[in-house]
Amino acid sequence: MKRINWRSSLSNTVIYLILGVMAILWLLPIAWLVMISFRAEPGAWTPYILPKTLTLDNYIRLFSETQLFNYPRWFLNTLFVALMTCAISTILVLMTSYTLSRLRFRSRKGLLNVGLILGMFPGFMAMIAVYYILKAMGLSQTLIALILVYSGGAGLGYYIAKGFFDTIPRSLDEAAIVDGANQNTIFWEIILPLSKPIVIYTILVSFMAPWVDFIFVSIIMKDNYNNYTIALGLYQMLTRENIYRYFTQFCAGAVLIAIPITILYIIMQKFYVEGVTGGAVKG
Amino acid sequence: MDYIDYIAMPPVRRFGYRIDRGLRSLPRRLGGTLAKAGAGFVRLGRGIRAGVREYVGTFRQGDARTRLSYVLMGAGSLFRGQVVKGLLYLFLQAAFLVYMVTFGLTQLSLLPTLGTAVRKEVWNEELQIFEYIQGDNSMLILLFGVMTILIVLAMIRVYLANIRTAFRNQQAKAHGAALPTIVQDVLNLFDKNLHATFLFLPIMGILTFTILPLIFMILIAFTNYDISHQPPASLFTWVGFENFRDIFWDNPAKSRTFVGIFQWTLVWAFFATFSNYILGMILALMINKKGIRFKKFWRTVFVVTIAVPQFVSLLLVSRLLAEQGAMNVLLGYLGIGPVPFLTNGLFARVMVILVNIWVGIPYTMLITSGILMNIPVELYESARIDGAGVTKTFTRITLPYMLFVTTPYLITQFVGNINNFNVIYLLTAGGPLTLDYYQGGRTDLLVTWLYKLTVNQQEYNLASAIGIIIFLITATFSLLVFNLSSSTRKEETFQ
Repeated sequence: MKRINWRSSLSNTVIYLILGVMAILWLLPIAWLVMISFRAEPGAWTPYILPKTLTLDNYIRLFSETQLFNYPRWFLNTLFVALMTCAISTILVLMTSYTLSRLRFRSRKGLLNVGLILGMFPGFMAMIAVYYILKAMGLSQTLIALILVYSGGAGLGYYIAKGFFDTIPRSLDEAAIVDGANQNTIFWEIILPLSKPIVIYTILVSFMAPWVDFIFVSIIMKDNYNNYTIALGLYQMLTRENIYRYFTQFCAGAVLIAIPITILYIIMQKFYVEGVTGGAVKG
Repeated sequence: MDYIDYIAMPPVRRFGYRIDRGLRSLPRRLGGTLAKAGAGFVRLGRGIRAGVREYVGTFRQGDARTRLSYVLMGAGSLFRGQVVKGLLYLFLQAAFLVYMVTFGLTQLSLLPTLGTAVRKEVWNEELQIFEYIQGDNSMLILLFGVMTILIVLAMIRVYLANIRTAFRNQQAKAHGAALPTIVQDVLNLFDKNLHATFLFLPIMGILTFTILPLIFMILIAFTNYDISHQPPASLFTWVGFENFRDIFWDNPAKSRTFVGIFQWTLVWAFFATFSNYILGMILALMINKKGIRFKKFWRTVFVVTIAVPQFVSLLLVSRLLAEQGAMNVLLGYLGIGPVPFLTNGLFARVMVILVNIWVGIPYTMLITSGILMNIPVELYESARIDGAGVTKTFTRITLPYMLFVTTPYLITQFVGNINNFNVIYLLTAGGPLTLDYYQGGRTDLLVTWLYKLTVNQQEYNLASAIGIIIFLITATFSLLVFNLSSSTRKEETFQ
């Protein structure tokens, strides 16, 4: 018995050691990011690791020097787009997945198959065409265009929420119908209140998309710096012409948006796991 | 084997039996899927035939009003008292006709050639400048042509619905039943026909921002829309399968690049998927092991790294690993010369896989934690009694069990990695570039190559052809997922 105890405490020590080293390796780049954001010397590369002088200047300049890179404006742009996208696409996703999960109608199977096939094309294969469609609508380089693009395909993101709606027992609907409810009230007043986790998950996912995407923005906005979102703006700071001057500011800007996103992420990790494993394991 | 024999087996063997059975029936199941796809086409053909039969049959049985609605939409409703509905149909028909006459027909007629009039430069004597006379714009012709076809298809649907309504009204009247009023129709949209209400906006969105662009881009793969055929200055036209022939045989530079990038895409997808999967699982096992404290703390540490947006963390890591980056500074302290982490082809390939481990392990850890807890304890106990050590338990029990339960997830990950744009693009942008490749680099995947061809080189035709090839690869693997996941479900019921 004693031997086993000794062995298990040894193996636990080894595990603590491995976890500790891994944790350091995993956090190191992030610690580096925070450190650089306080560095006074400019430039992407320095022949030394620790900054010589620390300063808050990078954060201040982010909000004061706005002629070329208008960080506050980008922040508001992104917030606006994120809120609108979130509102529109949450409703679209929930309606689509509810319909495909719980309503029975003739073309249901066909629609499910079409959704499946559409999901197999690489997402940005069609982005050039999307750009010209927006241009034909007279919307290119505007924030509205961005909202339309982010929420336009929302109906295709039904997979996870549909898996959730599938698990709610059908007898609830039947009872409600006996009580005289129509299908619309069943959705809003019975199923939705029961589906809080998936509603929150959908809201968070659609809210976060505009903060992290830079591909579609770069196609749609081209050189209209004023309508950039945070992601594309920060990406611009690292181009060859800008990197020397703006690298430390990039780090400061990145820290500022990483904080809220990290908090959101930690909140939603539970829903994330439920959503993904629910869909994946059940198939 | 009977159920009773199956139940009598020890759990470990029972499990092995299930895996064996699942794998053995795979070819048959794949065959089944193909047969199902074939049956789908047959059904589609039958559906069309039945539709035509209904169309003709209804005309034979219809009265004057029903027949009138074959040419004047809404007649079957309008002249039977459903005024609003009838007028709506009529309005749609009018709008459609106006659209077709003023715009749609021209676009459709230009579609086969994609335009013939080239933009001309004309010397204006008076103003002493060159003036442009606008010719046809192939790109817009194709875009609007596809749009018109979609509109025509939608209209055909509405048109058939109109006939069906007219005939239903006729029959209802014949039986003396009352026709639904407009109020009832609207109420039905929130009850019996709720699906129509709920799906209208999503489908419109998907049609405009996914299907229309997608069809457009698929068609581009069969044209010569490249850098030397850019509208509005010049026209492009149909070239059949030439782009595909270029990629596979005709153009040595392109086909060499395609083969190289394709192989690397598969190698990358394999290593990226399994390294993350196995290491992530080991991490989850370590954190969840009995006796390890601060479980929540460890989990949060790793979640933080995925919470930082990828474009921040990956761009940062790419700077860390650069020629004069912090990593090389650090190695310099140790007296090791600069390592070409991202500038040497082989190094870069290894580095993207390693960095991908950094990015991906926490995800796997999150997802596998729950499933790991569900492994039947008796499996472990019987293994311990048989004297199996930690490694053996992992390779003989944990890994096979997890592989079995999470196969669909694994294949989804594999497909996701084939299309893993972010990690490659942000880290190396596909570099280091090489002269062997046509506009590609050593770490380019098919998707990043596609992106570069589109955005930097404007070789839309080649990019679209690659997009179609990616689709075919993805579809094949996705087909596998559905077969395997249906197999899991069936085996589960056997238990």
